[in-house]
Amino acid sequence: MALTDSTRRLSLRQPRSKPKPGRSPAATGGLSGLRRHLASRLAVNGVLLLVSLAFLLPLLWMLLASLNAHADFTLSVPSPPTFHNFGAVLNTTTTFQPMLNGLLLCGGGTLICVVCSILAAYPLSRYRSRLRRPFLYTVLFSTGLPITAVMIPVYSMFVQVNLIDSMLGTTLFLGASALPFGIWLMKNFMDGVPLVLEEAARIDGAGWFQVLWRVVLPLMRSGVTVVTIFTFIGMWGNFFVPFILLLSPEKLPASVSVFNFLSAHDQTQYGQLSAFSILYSIPVVVLYLVLARRFGGGFALGGALKG
Amino acid sequence: MPLLPAVLLLVLFLAGPIAYCVYYAFTDMQLTGSAVTHFVGLANFTKALHDPQFINSVVLTVVFVVGSAVIGQNTFGLALAVLMAKASKPVRQITTGVVVAAWVLPEVVAGYLMYAFFFQQGSLNAILGGLGLPRQNWLYTMPILAVCLANVWRGTAFSMMVYSAALDEVPQELVEAAMVDGAGPWQRLWRVTLPVIRRTITTNLMLITLQTLAVFGLIYTMTHGGPGNRTETLPIFMYQQAFQNSLIGYGTAIALVLLLVGAVFSAVYLRLLKLEDD
Repeated sequence: MALTDSTRRLSLRQPRSKPKPGRSPAATGGLSGLRRHLASRLAVNGVLLLVSLAFLLPLLWMLLASLNAHADFTLSVPSPPTFHNFGAVLNTTTTFQPMLNGLLLCGGGTLICVVCSILAAYPLSRYRSRLRRPFLYTVLFSTGLPITAVMIPVYSMFVQVNLIDSMLGTTLFLGASALPFGIWLMKNFMDGVPLVLEEAARIDGAGWFQVLWRVVLPLMRSGVTVVTIFTFIGMWGNFFVPFILLLSPEKLPASVSVFNFLSAHDQTQYGQLSAFSILYSIPVVVLYLVLARRFGGGFALGGALKG
Repeated sequence: MPLLPAVLLLVLFLAGPIAYCVYYAFTDMQLTGSAVTHFVGLANFTKALHDPQFINSVVLTVVFVVGSAVIGQNTFGLALAVLMAKASKPVRQITTGVVVAAWVLPEVVAGYLMYAFFFQQGSLNAILGGLGLPRQNWLYTMPILAVCLANVWRGTAFSMMVYSAALDEVPQELVEAAMVDGAGPWQRLWRVTLPVIRRTITTNLMLITLQTLAVFGLIYTMTHGGPGNRTETLPIFMYQQAFQNSLIGYGTAIALVLLLVGAVFSAVYLRLLKLEDD
Protein backbone atom coordinates (compact mmCIF):
# COMPACT_ATOMS: atom_id res chain seq x y z
CA MET A 1 0.00 0.00 0.00
CA ALA A 2 1.09 3.54 -0.68
CA LEU A 3 0.48 4.58 2.88
CA THR A 4 3.62 3.01 4.34
CA ASP A 5 6.02 5.94 4.11
CA SER A 6 3.82 8.21 6.12
CA THR A 7 3.50 5.88 9.11
CA ARG A 8 6.54 7.35 10.83
CA ARG A 9 4.90 10.69 11.24
CA LEU A 10 3.06 10.07 14.46
CA SER A 11 4.64 8.91 17.67
CA LEU A 12 1.66 6.87 18.82
CA ARG A 13 1.87 3.10 19.02
CA GLN A 14 1.72 1.15 15.81
CA PRO A 15 -0.98 -1.43 15.23
CA ARG A 16 0.16 -4.97 15.79
CA SER A 17 -2.00 -6.66 13.22
CA LYS A 18 -1.27 -6.36 9.53
CA PRO A 19 -3.30 -3.69 7.81
CA LYS A 20 -5.51 -4.98 5.06
CA PRO A 21 -7.17 -2.93 2.39
CA GLY A 22 -10.45 -1.69 3.72
CA ARG A 23 -13.41 -0.87 1.59
CA SER A 24 -14.63 2.25 3.29
CA PRO A 25 -11.91 4.56 4.64
CA ALA A 26 -14.05 6.40 7.15
CA ALA A 27 -11.31 7.74 9.39
CA THR A 28 -9.98 11.22 9.50
CA GLY A 29 -6.66 12.65 10.63
CA GLY A 30 -3.71 11.49 8.55
CA LEU A 31 -2.93 8.49 6.45
CA SER A 32 -1.25 6.48 9.19
CA GLY A 33 -4.20 7.21 11.39
CA LEU A 34 -6.39 5.76 8.68
CA ARG A 35 -4.28 2.65 8.46
CA ARG A 36 -4.24 2.12 12.18
CA HIS A 37 -7.91 2.79 12.31
CA LEU A 38 -8.63 0.11 9.75
CA ALA A 39 -6.37 -2.41 11.44
CA SER A 40 -7.86 -1.88 14.88
CA ARG A 41 -11.35 -1.94 13.49
CA LEU A 42 -10.58 -5.26 11.84
CA ALA A 43 -9.24 -6.65 15.11
CA VAL A 44 -12.27 -5.38 17.03
CA ASN A 45 -14.64 -6.91 14.52
CA GLY A 46 -12.77 -10.19 14.66
CA VAL A 47 -12.94 -10.38 18.46
CA LEU A 48 -16.63 -9.53 18.49
CA LEU A 49 -17.43 -12.14 15.86
CA LEU A 50 -15.61 -14.76 17.93
CA VAL A 51 -17.57 -13.75 21.03
CA SER A 52 -20.79 -13.90 19.02
CA LEU A 53 -19.89 -17.38 17.84
CA ALA A 54 -19.33 -18.52 21.42
CA PHE A 55 -22.69 -17.07 22.46
CA LEU A 56 -24.37 -18.54 19.41
CA LEU A 57 -23.23 -22.17 19.85
CA PRO A 58 -25.75 -23.21 22.55
CA LEU A 59 -28.57 -21.55 20.60
CA LEU A 60 -27.45 -23.24 17.41
CA TRP A 61 -27.37 -26.59 19.17
CA MET A 62 -30.97 -26.13 20.30
CA LEU A 63 -32.07 -25.25 16.79
CA LEU A 64 -30.29 -28.20 15.18
CA ALA A 65 -31.34 -30.65 17.88
CA SER A 66 -34.97 -29.68 17.44
CA LEU A 67 -34.76 -30.64 13.77
CA ASN A 68 -32.92 -33.86 14.46
CA ALA A 69 -34.79 -37.13 14.97
CA HIS A 70 -31.81 -38.63 16.83
CA ALA A 71 -30.57 -35.59 18.75
CA ASP A 72 -27.91 -35.85 21.43
CA PHE A 73 -25.68 -33.23 23.05
CA THR A 74 -23.25 -33.12 20.17
CA LEU A 75 -23.56 -30.25 17.74
CA SER A 76 -24.43 -31.96 14.48
CA VAL A 77 -26.38 -31.06 11.39
CA PRO A 78 -29.45 -33.32 11.12
CA SER A 79 -29.66 -35.33 7.95
CA PRO A 80 -32.34 -35.10 6.84
CA PRO A 81 -33.84 -32.29 8.96
CA THR A 82 -37.29 -33.16 10.21
CA PHE A 83 -40.16 -31.45 11.98
CA HIS A 84 -40.99 -34.71 13.70
CA ASN A 85 -39.95 -33.35 17.14
CA PHE A 86 -42.28 -30.39 16.82
CA GLY A 87 -45.09 -32.71 15.77
CA ALA A 88 -44.44 -34.91 18.79
CA VAL A 89 -44.71 -32.11 21.34
CA LEU A 90 -47.60 -30.22 19.77
CA ASN A 91 -50.35 -31.78 21.84
CA THR A 92 -52.52 -30.68 24.72
CA THR A 93 -50.56 -32.11 27.65
CA THR A 94 -47.08 -31.20 26.51
CA THR A 95 -47.54 -27.82 24.90
CA PHE A 96 -51.00 -26.29 24.62
CA GLN A 97 -52.10 -26.65 28.25
CA PRO A 98 -48.82 -25.32 29.79
CA MET A 99 -48.76 -22.45 27.30
CA LEU A 100 -52.38 -21.59 28.06
CA ASN A 101 -51.65 -21.75 31.80
CA GLY A 102 -48.65 -19.50 31.30
CA LEU A 103 -50.80 -17.11 29.32
CA LEU A 104 -53.46 -17.01 32.05
CA LEU A 105 -50.98 -16.60 34.90
CA CYS A 106 -48.67 -14.12 33.20
CA GLY A 107 -51.44 -12.30 31.33
CA GLY A 108 -53.42 -11.90 34.55
CA GLY A 109 -50.34 -10.93 36.53
CA THR A 110 -49.32 -8.39 33.90
CA LEU A 111 -52.80 -6.90 33.80
CA ILE A 112 -52.88 -6.51 37.58
CA CYS A 113 -49.40 -5.05 37.61
CA VAL A 114 -49.99 -2.58 34.79
CA VAL A 115 -53.37 -1.32 36.07
CA CYS A 116 -52.10 -0.88 39.63
CA SER A 117 -48.89 0.76 38.39
CA ILE A 118 -50.83 3.30 36.36
CA LEU A 119 -53.08 4.13 39.29
CA ALA A 120 -50.14 4.36 41.68
CA ALA A 121 -47.86 6.26 39.32
CA TYR A 122 -50.37 9.06 38.76
CA PRO A 123 -50.36 10.62 42.24
CA LEU A 124 -46.64 9.89 42.56
CA SER A 125 -45.94 11.79 39.40
CA ARG A 126 -48.45 14.61 39.81
CA TYR A 127 -49.01 15.47 43.43
CA ARG A 128 -46.52 16.64 45.97
CA SER A 129 -47.24 15.26 49.40
CA ARG A 130 -45.31 14.21 52.46
CA LEU A 131 -45.95 10.57 51.65
CA ARG A 132 -44.53 10.78 48.17
CA ARG A 133 -40.83 10.46 48.87
CA PRO A 134 -41.02 7.72 51.49
CA PHE A 135 -43.33 5.77 49.21
CA LEU A 136 -41.02 6.15 46.22
CA TYR A 137 -38.06 5.11 48.32
CA THR A 138 -39.90 2.03 49.53
CA VAL A 139 -40.88 1.11 45.98
CA LEU A 140 -37.35 1.53 44.72
CA PHE A 141 -35.98 -0.37 47.69
CA SER A 142 -38.29 -3.31 47.03
CA THR A 143 -37.26 -3.54 43.38
CA GLY A 144 -33.93 -4.70 44.75
CA LEU A 145 -35.15 -7.30 47.21
CA PRO A 146 -34.52 -10.87 46.06
CA ILE A 147 -38.02 -12.30 45.46
CA THR A 148 -36.45 -15.76 45.64
CA ALA A 149 -35.96 -15.24 49.38
CA VAL A 150 -39.65 -14.48 50.02
CA MET A 151 -40.91 -17.68 48.43
CA ILE A 152 -40.75 -19.85 51.55
CA PRO A 153 -42.76 -17.44 53.75
CA VAL A 154 -45.14 -16.91 50.83
CA TYR A 155 -45.58 -20.66 50.62
CA SER A 156 -46.33 -20.90 54.36
CA MET A 157 -48.75 -18.00 54.15
CA PHE A 158 -50.50 -19.52 51.16
CA VAL A 159 -50.83 -22.82 53.00
CA GLN A 160 -52.55 -21.08 55.90
CA VAL A 161 -55.06 -19.19 53.77
CA ASN A 162 -55.56 -22.16 51.46
CA LEU A 163 -54.18 -20.50 48.35
CA ILE A 164 -51.67 -23.21 47.47
CA ASP A 165 -52.22 -24.69 44.02
CA SER A 166 -54.54 -21.80 43.18
CA MET A 167 -54.07 -20.11 39.82
CA LEU A 168 -55.67 -16.95 41.20
CA GLY A 169 -53.30 -16.80 44.18
CA THR A 170 -50.28 -17.34 41.97
CA THR A 171 -51.48 -14.70 39.52
CA LEU A 172 -51.95 -12.19 42.33
CA PHE A 173 -48.51 -12.91 43.71
CA LEU A 174 -46.90 -12.61 40.28
CA GLY A 175 -48.65 -9.28 39.79
CA ALA A 176 -47.60 -8.00 43.20
CA SER A 177 -43.99 -9.08 42.83
CA ALA A 178 -43.67 -7.16 39.57
CA LEU A 179 -45.32 -4.04 41.02
CA PRO A 180 -42.31 -2.18 42.45
CA PHE A 181 -40.48 -2.17 39.14
CA GLY A 182 -43.74 -1.50 37.28
CA ILE A 183 -44.62 1.52 39.42
CA TRP A 184 -41.12 2.92 39.15
CA LEU A 185 -40.96 2.57 35.36
CA MET A 186 -44.50 3.87 34.89
CA LYS A 187 -43.85 6.89 37.07
CA ASN A 188 -40.77 7.79 35.04
CA PHE A 189 -42.75 7.57 31.81
CA MET A 190 -45.58 9.62 33.30
CA ASP A 191 -43.15 12.33 34.36
CA GLY A 192 -42.52 12.85 30.66
CA VAL A 193 -46.13 13.85 29.93
CA PRO A 194 -46.49 17.66 30.05
CA LEU A 195 -48.85 19.11 32.64
CA VAL A 196 -50.34 21.82 30.41
CA LEU A 197 -53.00 19.70 28.75
CA GLU A 198 -54.02 18.28 32.06
CA GLU A 199 -54.59 21.72 33.51
CA ALA A 200 -56.88 22.58 30.63
CA ALA A 201 -58.96 19.49 31.31
CA ARG A 202 -59.08 20.32 35.00
CA ILE A 203 -60.38 23.82 34.29
CA ASP A 204 -63.14 22.18 32.28
CA GLY A 205 -64.05 20.32 35.47
CA ALA A 206 -62.62 16.84 34.89
CA GLY A 207 -61.85 14.68 37.94
CA TRP A 208 -58.52 12.92 38.43
CA PHE A 209 -59.72 9.68 36.91
CA GLN A 210 -61.02 11.38 33.79
CA VAL A 211 -57.79 13.33 33.44
CA LEU A 212 -55.76 10.15 33.81
CA TRP A 213 -57.92 8.13 31.43
CA ARG A 214 -58.62 10.76 28.78
CA VAL A 215 -55.50 12.92 28.81
CA VAL A 216 -52.49 11.28 30.43
CA LEU A 217 -52.82 7.66 29.27
CA PRO A 218 -53.32 8.40 25.58
CA LEU A 219 -50.14 10.49 25.72
CA MET A 220 -48.03 7.74 27.25
CA ARG A 221 -49.18 4.79 25.21
CA SER A 222 -45.62 3.74 24.37
CA GLY A 223 -44.62 3.87 28.03
CA VAL A 224 -47.52 1.61 28.97
CA THR A 225 -46.56 -0.76 26.15
CA VAL A 226 -42.97 -0.95 27.38
CA VAL A 227 -44.05 -1.71 30.96
CA THR A 228 -46.58 -4.31 29.76
CA ILE A 229 -44.15 -6.17 27.53
CA PHE A 230 -41.37 -6.01 30.07
CA THR A 231 -43.56 -7.32 32.88
CA PHE A 232 -44.90 -10.12 30.72
CA ILE A 233 -41.44 -11.25 29.58
CA GLY A 234 -40.27 -11.33 33.20
CA MET A 235 -43.22 -13.45 34.32
CA TRP A 236 -43.15 -15.79 31.34
CA GLY A 237 -39.62 -16.83 32.23
CA ASN A 238 -40.25 -17.02 35.97
CA PHE A 239 -39.72 -20.53 37.19
CA PHE A 240 -39.49 -20.39 40.99
CA VAL A 241 -42.85 -18.77 41.79
CA PRO A 242 -45.15 -21.26 39.99
CA PHE A 243 -42.76 -24.10 40.90
CA ILE A 244 -43.43 -23.40 44.59
CA LEU A 245 -47.04 -22.24 44.55
CA LEU A 246 -48.63 -24.66 42.08
CA LEU A 247 -48.82 -28.43 42.45
CA SER A 248 -51.29 -29.96 39.98
CA PRO A 249 -49.67 -30.89 36.67
CA GLU A 250 -52.64 -29.48 34.76
CA LYS A 251 -52.12 -26.02 36.26
CA LEU A 252 -48.39 -25.70 35.60
CA PRO A 253 -47.17 -23.09 33.13
CA ALA A 254 -44.54 -23.85 30.50
CA SER A 255 -41.68 -22.61 32.67
CA VAL A 256 -42.27 -25.43 35.15
CA SER A 257 -43.46 -28.09 32.72
CA VAL A 258 -40.31 -27.70 30.61
CA PHE A 259 -38.33 -28.35 33.77
CA ASN A 260 -40.29 -31.49 34.60
CA PHE A 261 -39.92 -32.59 31.00
CA LEU A 262 -36.17 -32.04 31.40
CA SER A 263 -35.73 -34.10 34.52
CA ALA A 264 -38.21 -36.87 33.74
CA HIS A 265 -37.22 -37.86 30.23
CA ASP A 266 -34.47 -40.11 29.02
CA GLN A 267 -31.70 -39.17 26.66
CA THR A 268 -33.54 -40.03 23.47
CA GLN A 269 -35.83 -37.03 23.77
CA TYR A 270 -33.46 -34.09 23.54
CA GLY A 271 -34.89 -33.30 20.14
CA GLN A 272 -38.39 -32.95 21.55
CA LEU A 273 -37.15 -31.02 24.54
CA SER A 274 -35.39 -28.58 22.24
CA ALA A 275 -38.45 -28.26 20.07
CA PHE A 276 -40.56 -27.49 23.13
CA SER A 277 -37.97 -25.01 24.43
CA ILE A 278 -38.15 -23.17 21.14
CA LEU A 279 -41.95 -23.06 21.16
CA TYR A 280 -41.91 -21.86 24.76
CA SER A 281 -39.35 -19.13 23.98
CA ILE A 282 -41.07 -17.78 20.87
CA PRO A 283 -43.55 -15.45 22.67
CA VAL A 284 -40.86 -13.60 24.64
CA VAL A 285 -38.51 -13.36 21.68
CA VAL A 286 -41.30 -11.90 19.55
CA LEU A 287 -42.33 -9.44 22.29
CA TYR A 288 -38.72 -8.42 22.78
CA LEU A 289 -38.30 -7.81 19.06
CA VAL A 290 -41.39 -5.59 19.07
CA LEU A 291 -39.93 -3.68 22.00
CA ALA A 292 -36.47 -3.30 20.47
CA ARG A 293 -37.80 -2.34 17.07
CA ARG A 294 -40.25 0.28 18.28
CA PHE A 295 -38.45 1.73 21.24
CA GLY A 296 -34.73 1.27 20.56
CA GLY A 297 -32.07 -0.79 22.27
CA GLY A 298 -31.31 0.29 25.83
CA PHE A 299 -34.82 1.79 26.21
CA ALA A 300 -36.43 0.70 29.44
CA LEU A 301 -33.20 0.11 31.32
CA GLY A 302 -32.80 3.86 31.58
CA GLY A 303 -35.71 3.89 34.00
CA ALA A 304 -33.93 1.53 36.35
CA LEU A 305 -30.66 3.42 36.31
CA LYS A 306 -31.67 7.04 36.45
CA GLY A 307 -33.17 8.76 39.46
CA MET B 1 -57.12 7.22 46.49
CA PRO B 2 -55.58 5.63 43.35
CA LEU B 3 -52.59 4.37 45.34
CA LEU B 4 -54.80 1.96 47.24
CA PRO B 5 -54.77 -1.15 45.00
CA ALA B 6 -51.01 -1.08 44.67
CA VAL B 7 -50.45 -0.51 48.38
CA LEU B 8 -52.88 -3.30 49.22
CA LEU B 9 -51.14 -5.79 46.94
CA LEU B 10 -47.69 -4.77 48.11
CA VAL B 11 -48.63 -5.07 51.76
CA LEU B 12 -50.41 -8.39 51.32
CA PHE B 13 -47.94 -10.12 49.06
CA LEU B 14 -44.57 -8.52 49.78
CA ALA B 15 -44.56 -6.80 53.16
CA GLY B 16 -46.67 -9.62 54.61
CA PRO B 17 -44.29 -12.42 53.62
CA ILE B 18 -41.30 -10.38 54.78
CA ALA B 19 -42.90 -9.90 58.19
CA TYR B 20 -43.76 -13.61 58.26
CA CYS B 21 -40.20 -14.35 57.25
CA VAL B 22 -38.88 -12.48 60.27
CA TYR B 23 -41.32 -14.33 62.52
CA TYR B 24 -40.84 -17.85 61.12
CA ALA B 25 -37.09 -17.52 61.24
CA PHE B 26 -37.33 -17.68 65.02
CA THR B 27 -39.55 -20.78 65.12
CA ASP B 28 -39.04 -24.50 64.60
CA MET B 29 -41.85 -24.73 62.06
CA GLN B 30 -41.91 -27.90 60.00
CA LEU B 31 -43.63 -28.82 56.80
CA THR B 32 -44.94 -32.23 57.76
CA GLY B 33 -47.70 -32.88 60.25
CA SER B 34 -49.63 -30.31 62.19
CA ALA B 35 -47.16 -30.33 65.08
CA VAL B 36 -47.20 -27.24 67.22
CA THR B 37 -44.75 -24.56 66.21
CA HIS B 38 -42.50 -23.30 68.96
CA PHE B 39 -40.65 -20.09 69.31
CA VAL B 40 -36.99 -21.04 69.42
CA GLY B 41 -35.22 -17.69 69.55
CA LEU B 42 -31.95 -17.59 67.73
CA ALA B 43 -31.63 -21.37 67.50
CA ASN B 44 -31.97 -21.42 63.70
CA PHE B 45 -29.20 -18.89 63.33
CA THR B 46 -26.82 -20.60 65.74
CA LYS B 47 -27.58 -23.84 63.95
CA ALA B 48 -26.71 -22.21 60.64
CA LEU B 49 -23.43 -20.89 61.94
CA HIS B 50 -22.45 -24.38 63.03
CA ASP B 51 -23.74 -26.03 59.88
CA PRO B 52 -20.87 -26.74 57.46
CA GLN B 53 -23.42 -26.96 54.65
CA PHE B 54 -24.63 -23.45 55.37
CA ILE B 55 -21.08 -22.10 55.46
CA ASN B 56 -20.45 -23.97 52.21
CA SER B 57 -23.42 -22.32 50.54
CA VAL B 58 -22.41 -18.87 51.78
CA VAL B 59 -18.96 -19.37 50.23
CA LEU B 60 -20.49 -20.67 46.99
CA THR B 61 -22.88 -17.72 46.85
CA VAL B 62 -19.98 -15.29 47.23
CA VAL B 63 -18.01 -17.13 44.53
CA PHE B 64 -21.04 -17.17 42.26
CA VAL B 65 -21.90 -13.48 42.74
CA VAL B 66 -18.33 -12.18 42.55
CA GLY B 67 -17.26 -14.55 39.79
CA SER B 68 -20.25 -14.42 37.48
CA ALA B 69 -21.66 -10.94 38.17
CA VAL B 70 -19.02 -8.55 39.50
CA ILE B 71 -16.17 -9.94 37.41
CA GLY B 72 -17.93 -11.86 34.64
CA GLN B 73 -21.01 -9.95 33.52
CA ASN B 74 -19.73 -6.54 34.55
CA THR B 75 -16.24 -6.62 33.03
CA PHE B 76 -17.25 -8.61 30.02
CA GLY B 77 -20.29 -6.42 29.40
CA LEU B 78 -18.16 -3.28 29.63
CA ALA B 79 -15.53 -4.78 27.30
CA LEU B 80 -18.20 -5.70 24.76
CA ALA B 81 -19.74 -2.23 24.93
CA VAL B 82 -16.34 -0.56 24.43
CA LEU B 83 -15.47 -2.83 21.52
CA MET B 84 -18.89 -2.41 19.93
CA ALA B 85 -18.48 1.35 19.89
CA LYS B 86 -15.50 0.76 17.57
CA ALA B 87 -16.90 -2.06 15.47
CA SER B 88 -18.60 -1.78 12.12
CA LYS B 89 -22.37 -1.70 12.08
CA PRO B 90 -23.20 -5.23 10.88
CA VAL B 91 -20.81 -6.76 13.43
CA ARG B 92 -22.36 -4.63 16.15
CA GLN B 93 -25.83 -5.78 15.15
CA ILE B 94 -24.83 -9.45 15.06
CA THR B 95 -23.15 -9.28 18.47
CA THR B 96 -26.07 -7.44 20.08
CA GLY B 97 -28.53 -9.87 18.56
CA VAL B 98 -26.79 -13.01 19.76
CA VAL B 99 -25.90 -11.75 23.24
CA VAL B 100 -29.40 -10.37 23.83
CA ALA B 101 -30.98 -13.61 22.58
CA ALA B 102 -29.27 -15.47 25.43
CA TRP B 103 -30.68 -12.88 27.84
CA VAL B 104 -34.26 -12.97 26.55
CA LEU B 105 -34.63 -16.75 26.76
CA PRO B 106 -36.58 -18.06 29.77
CA GLU B 107 -34.41 -19.09 32.71
CA VAL B 108 -35.09 -22.81 32.47
CA VAL B 109 -34.37 -22.92 28.75
CA ALA B 110 -31.08 -21.13 29.38
CA GLY B 111 -30.28 -23.68 32.08
CA TYR B 112 -31.08 -26.55 29.75
CA LEU B 113 -28.90 -25.14 26.96
CA MET B 114 -26.02 -24.58 29.34
CA TYR B 115 -26.41 -28.10 30.70
CA ALA B 116 -26.15 -29.42 27.16
CA PHE B 117 -23.18 -27.16 26.45
CA PHE B 118 -21.15 -28.28 29.47
CA PHE B 119 -22.25 -31.93 29.33
CA GLN B 120 -19.54 -34.52 28.84
CA GLN B 121 -20.60 -35.16 25.24
CA GLY B 122 -21.58 -31.52 24.77
CA SER B 123 -20.40 -28.71 22.53
CA LEU B 124 -17.70 -27.35 24.84
CA ASN B 125 -15.82 -30.64 24.97
CA ALA B 126 -16.27 -31.10 21.23
CA ILE B 127 -14.58 -27.72 20.67
CA LEU B 128 -11.82 -28.43 23.18
CA GLY B 129 -11.21 -31.81 21.56
CA GLY B 130 -11.11 -30.19 18.13
CA LEU B 131 -8.46 -27.74 19.38
CA GLY B 132 -6.46 -30.58 20.91
CA LEU B 133 -7.18 -29.45 24.46
CA PRO B 134 -8.12 -31.83 27.29
CA ARG B 135 -11.83 -32.58 27.65
CA GLN B 136 -13.48 -33.09 30.97
CA ASN B 137 -16.79 -33.64 32.64
CA TRP B 138 -17.34 -29.97 33.49
CA LEU B 139 -20.49 -30.47 35.52
CA TYR B 140 -18.59 -32.88 37.70
CA THR B 141 -15.05 -31.52 37.86
CA MET B 142 -15.81 -27.80 38.08
CA PRO B 143 -19.57 -27.39 38.53
CA ILE B 144 -19.33 -23.94 40.11
CA LEU B 145 -17.26 -22.67 37.18
CA ALA B 146 -19.85 -24.11 34.80
CA VAL B 147 -22.77 -22.35 36.52
CA CYS B 148 -20.75 -19.11 36.71
CA LEU B 149 -20.03 -19.23 32.98
CA ALA B 150 -23.68 -20.06 32.37
CA ASN B 151 -24.72 -16.97 34.29
CA VAL B 152 -22.23 -14.89 32.30
CA TRP B 153 -23.70 -16.28 29.08
CA ARG B 154 -27.20 -15.47 30.23
CA GLY B 155 -26.70 -12.14 31.99
CA THR B 156 -23.96 -10.23 30.16
CA ALA B 157 -26.48 -8.63 27.79
CA PHE B 158 -27.85 -6.48 30.62
CA SER B 159 -24.48 -4.92 31.50
CA MET B 160 -23.64 -4.61 27.82
CA MET B 161 -26.79 -2.60 27.10
CA VAL B 162 -26.36 -0.44 30.19
CA TYR B 163 -22.76 0.36 29.30
CA SER B 164 -23.49 0.93 25.62
CA ALA B 165 -26.04 3.54 26.62
CA ALA B 166 -23.58 5.13 29.06
CA LEU B 167 -20.74 5.22 26.54
CA ASP B 168 -22.98 7.03 24.07
CA GLU B 169 -23.26 9.84 26.57
CA VAL B 170 -19.53 10.33 27.14
CA PRO B 171 -18.79 13.77 25.67
CA GLN B 172 -16.79 13.32 22.46
CA GLU B 173 -14.79 16.53 23.11
CA LEU B 174 -13.24 14.99 26.22
CA VAL B 175 -12.06 11.93 24.33
CA GLU B 176 -10.73 14.04 21.48
CA ALA B 177 -8.93 16.38 23.86
CA ALA B 178 -7.19 13.41 25.47
CA MET B 179 -6.27 12.14 22.01
CA VAL B 180 -4.70 15.48 21.09
CA ASP B 181 -2.72 15.35 24.34
CA GLY B 182 -1.31 12.04 23.14
CA ALA B 183 -3.23 9.56 25.27
CA GLY B 184 -3.37 6.02 23.87
CA PRO B 185 -6.57 4.00 23.74
CA TRP B 186 -5.94 2.40 27.16
CA GLN B 187 -5.20 5.72 28.79
CA ARG B 188 -8.31 7.23 27.24
CA LEU B 189 -10.36 4.36 28.64
CA TRP B 190 -8.80 4.53 32.13
CA ARG B 191 -8.46 8.25 32.55
CA VAL B 192 -11.42 9.61 30.61
CA THR B 193 -14.17 7.13 29.82
CA LEU B 194 -14.27 5.11 33.03
CA PRO B 195 -14.27 8.14 35.38
CA VAL B 196 -17.10 9.69 33.37
CA ILE B 197 -19.30 6.59 33.58
CA ARG B 198 -18.32 5.89 37.21
CA ARG B 199 -21.87 6.25 38.48
CA THR B 200 -23.24 3.86 35.89
CA ILE B 201 -20.62 1.30 36.88
CA THR B 202 -21.64 1.37 40.55
CA THR B 203 -25.36 1.20 39.82
CA ASN B 204 -24.86 -1.61 37.34
CA LEU B 205 -22.78 -3.52 39.87
CA MET B 206 -25.54 -3.14 42.45
CA LEU B 207 -28.24 -4.33 40.09
CA ILE B 208 -26.45 -7.38 38.75
CA THR B 209 -25.35 -8.33 42.27
CA LEU B 210 -28.99 -8.31 43.35
CA GLN B 211 -30.09 -10.27 40.30
CA THR B 212 -27.37 -12.87 40.70
CA LEU B 213 -28.00 -13.24 44.41
CA ALA B 214 -31.53 -14.40 43.61
CA VAL B 215 -30.67 -16.84 40.79
CA PHE B 216 -32.43 -20.16 41.37
CA GLY B 217 -33.80 -21.69 38.16
CA LEU B 218 -30.56 -21.57 36.20
CA ILE B 219 -28.50 -23.47 38.77
CA TYR B 220 -31.35 -25.79 39.70
CA THR B 221 -31.87 -26.78 36.08
CA MET B 222 -28.18 -27.34 35.46
CA THR B 223 -27.07 -29.16 38.59
CA HIS B 224 -29.84 -29.30 41.24
CA GLY B 225 -27.17 -27.86 43.54
CA GLY B 226 -24.92 -30.86 43.05
CA PRO B 227 -22.86 -32.89 42.56
CA GLY B 228 -22.89 -33.31 46.32
CA ASN B 229 -23.49 -29.73 47.35
CA ARG B 230 -20.88 -28.10 45.17
CA THR B 231 -23.22 -25.64 43.47
CA GLU B 232 -25.58 -25.21 46.39
CA THR B 233 -25.87 -21.43 46.63
CA LEU B 234 -28.07 -19.87 49.33
CA PRO B 235 -31.35 -19.94 47.35
CA ILE B 236 -30.87 -23.64 46.55
CA PHE B 237 -29.81 -24.48 50.11
CA MET B 238 -32.84 -22.60 51.42
CA TYR B 239 -35.15 -24.50 49.09
CA GLN B 240 -33.68 -27.87 50.03
CA GLN B 241 -33.88 -27.24 53.76
CA ALA B 242 -37.46 -25.99 53.60
CA PHE B 243 -38.97 -28.43 51.11
CA GLN B 244 -36.77 -31.49 50.95
CA ASN B 245 -35.87 -31.61 54.65
CA SER B 246 -39.24 -30.06 55.63
CA LEU B 247 -37.54 -27.56 57.94
CA ILE B 248 -39.59 -24.46 57.16
CA GLY B 249 -38.26 -22.56 60.18
CA TYR B 250 -34.63 -23.22 59.27
CA GLY B 251 -35.25 -22.53 55.58
CA THR B 252 -36.89 -19.23 56.47
CA ALA B 253 -33.95 -18.23 58.64
CA ILE B 254 -31.72 -18.74 55.60
CA ALA B 255 -34.19 -16.76 53.49
CA LEU B 256 -33.98 -13.96 56.04
CA VAL B 257 -30.18 -13.91 55.72
CA LEU B 258 -30.55 -13.73 51.94
CA LEU B 259 -33.15 -11.00 52.27
CA LEU B 260 -30.94 -8.97 54.60
CA VAL B 261 -27.94 -9.23 52.26
CA GLY B 262 -30.23 -8.14 49.43
CA ALA B 263 -31.60 -5.30 51.54
CA VAL B 264 -28.09 -3.99 52.23
CA PHE B 265 -27.24 -3.93 48.53
CA SER B 266 -30.63 -2.44 47.75
CA ALA B 267 -30.06 0.34 50.29
CA VAL B 268 -26.69 1.16 48.76
CA TYR B 269 -28.35 1.22 45.34
CA LEU B 270 -30.96 3.62 46.70
CA ARG B 271 -28.30 5.96 48.04
CA LEU B 272 -26.54 5.92 44.70
CA LEU B 273 -29.68 6.99 42.89
CA LYS B 274 -30.64 9.79 45.29
CA LEU B 275 -34.12 10.90 44.29
CA GLU B 276 -34.45 14.48 43.14
CA ASP B 277 -35.27 16.92 45.93
CA ASP B 278 -38.73 18.33 46.07
